[in-house]
Amino acid sequence: MSAPDLNVNDLKALPARELRLELETLYAEYVACIDNDELERFPDFFTENCLYKIQPRSNYERGLPLATWRSESRGMLKDRVVAIRQLSTWGPRRLRHVVSCIRIRGWDGDALRCEANYALFETLPEQLTRVFQVGRYLDRIEVDAGRLRFAEKLCVFDSELIPNTLVYPI
Amino acid sequence: MQRLEPQRWHAMGIARVPYHIYTDPQIYAREQERIFCGKSWNYVGLSTEISNPGDFKRTVIGDKPVVVIRDSEAKVNVVENRCAHRGVQFCQKPFGHAKEFMCPYHQWTYNLKGDLIGVPFRRGVKKQGGMPADFDPAQHGLRKLKVHERHGVIFASFADDVESFEQYLGESMLKLFDRVFDGRSLTVLGYSRQLIPANWKLMFENIKDPYHASLLHVFLVTFGLFRADNPSKVRMDRTGRHGALISEKGEQNKSEDIAEMKSFRAQLKLADPRLLEPVREFPEYTVVMQTLWPNLIIQQQSNTLATRQLITRGPGEFELFWTFFGYATDSEEMTLRRLRQANLMGPAGFVSIDDSEVMKFSQDGIVPSPSDAGVMEMGGRDWSDEDHIVTEGVIRAFYDYYRKVMDL
Repeated sequence: MSAPDLNVNDLKALPARELRLELETLYAEYVACIDNDELERFPDFFTENCLYKIQPRSNYERGLPLATWRSESRGMLKDRVVAIRQLSTWGPRRLRHVVSCIRIRGWDGDALRCEANYALFETLPEQLTRVFQVGRYLDRIEVDAGRLRFAEKLCVFDSELIPNTLVYPI
Repeated sequence: MQRLEPQRWHAMGIARVPYHIYTDPQIYAREQERIFCGKSWNYVGLSTEISNPGDFKRTVIGDKPVVVIRDSEAKVNVVENRCAHRGVQFCQKPFGHAKEFMCPYHQWTYNLKGDLIGVPFRRGVKKQGGMPADFDPAQHGLRKLKVHERHGVIFASFADDVESFEQYLGESMLKLFDRVFDGRSLTVLGYSRQLIPANWKLMFENIKDPYHASLLHVFLVTFGLFRADNPSKVRMDRTGRHGALISEKGEQNKSEDIAEMKSFRAQLKLADPRLLEPVREFPEYTVVMQTLWPNLIIQQQSNTLATRQLITRGPGEFELFWTFFGYATDSEEMTLRRLRQANLMGPAGFVSIDDSEVMKFSQDGIVPSPSDAGVMEMGGRDWSDEDHIVTEGVIRAFYDYYRKVMDL
């Protein structure tokens, strides 16, 4: 993880190569949290007033606002984690994210706009691993309480079809 | 060895559902022919999706791809997405705008009503070849379906002799339909599509089964959104093919009956309660889940409105196509409320995840045992309207009609 006392000016001053390393570390930690099933830590990757959405590409491109998953705060993400752990009924699965092609799009005030491709593989018991989803992260990243966090994370997935259920965050 | 005839039903009638109907390819083939291509009105979309002349959308009825088109007279036409020449699926775009449709293979061209208006080289080239002199383009249009539009919702039928849509729904179901589709213009908020590894009938059973809702769905139970101790009822049409679960929101408190609902969590509070801030929108009831034979669920749970279209994909899989909508007159605040409450539904829904997963578990359990049968005796062994939801009567009603159509 980045140094706990990171501030936005330090980040803006970083050479491009080092900034990229910071972002690669952030994405690696983020997907490890999901893939290692440590969801209790998941909301901490976001700012308090974050916006997190998972949307099929068709809705996104047509400007339709519906998201498959829509959380408008860290609190809503916490509620999702409670639901996954205690409220919902679902069968066991293993997830594995592969993130690549990080594109730094530039600064928007104190927020860094950033994109990345993801491929998400799902393994159900007694089944071969399958591609669950591929898509793009469209992110706004901020320095918040000394570390990088997502102020906005939009996961836009290519296939409109979801194989049965989307239980975990992307 | 291949059986020539599907197995018969169980001797206990509709108090049992034989498992082979979820797995047998012969049953599935008969369903396509008699149910989806039979005397039924199939949901194909909302009028607002094709609001201007020339607008079209693709969709599927059972296994059959169709195109829903608004023609130059603003009339809706539904045609099979299959060129009359060699069977090519000529329309590949999910939505679009066109003056005519041309098959890419040999460029046969159709107007927006599905009539064949152009066959290249019909008269031959340099007096050689061409279609026979008696080839009549009027006999080679696209297959046209019967269409009915009611209050912004479009239905289509493969049967020319299907009864009128209003008769088909019957008085009580029409009233519930008009409750949500009251003639106001609709706005599509977006789509959600999922592929559920289960037989399509399990989806209908699920939405016709209020018994499970008080038990499986911790979220609904805990927040009082749908619970056996709330004022509730079930309604059906005269044939049993359509049904509705109807309920009134209660409070998050304990009643004496809740002891049996192991899923109730008295202490649970949302960290961000904006997810659920329902406002009263309809005069009666806070939930109506209506199931219309053979492919539509109309969802009104608090302020989240959606059509859920069932598209079959073989005996062991179906697609659930959700169209979330609001009214054109909605305030921004109401739209945001609908978008937030949409978190309850769909492939990632706080509530719907449970259903999709359980349907998979059902199919997994059923497939190896086609000669066994499921038990459906909650609330009796026959069916009628009830003013409670401790019943599987709506599923029995569905199978009462299903057996007649399927001759099982």
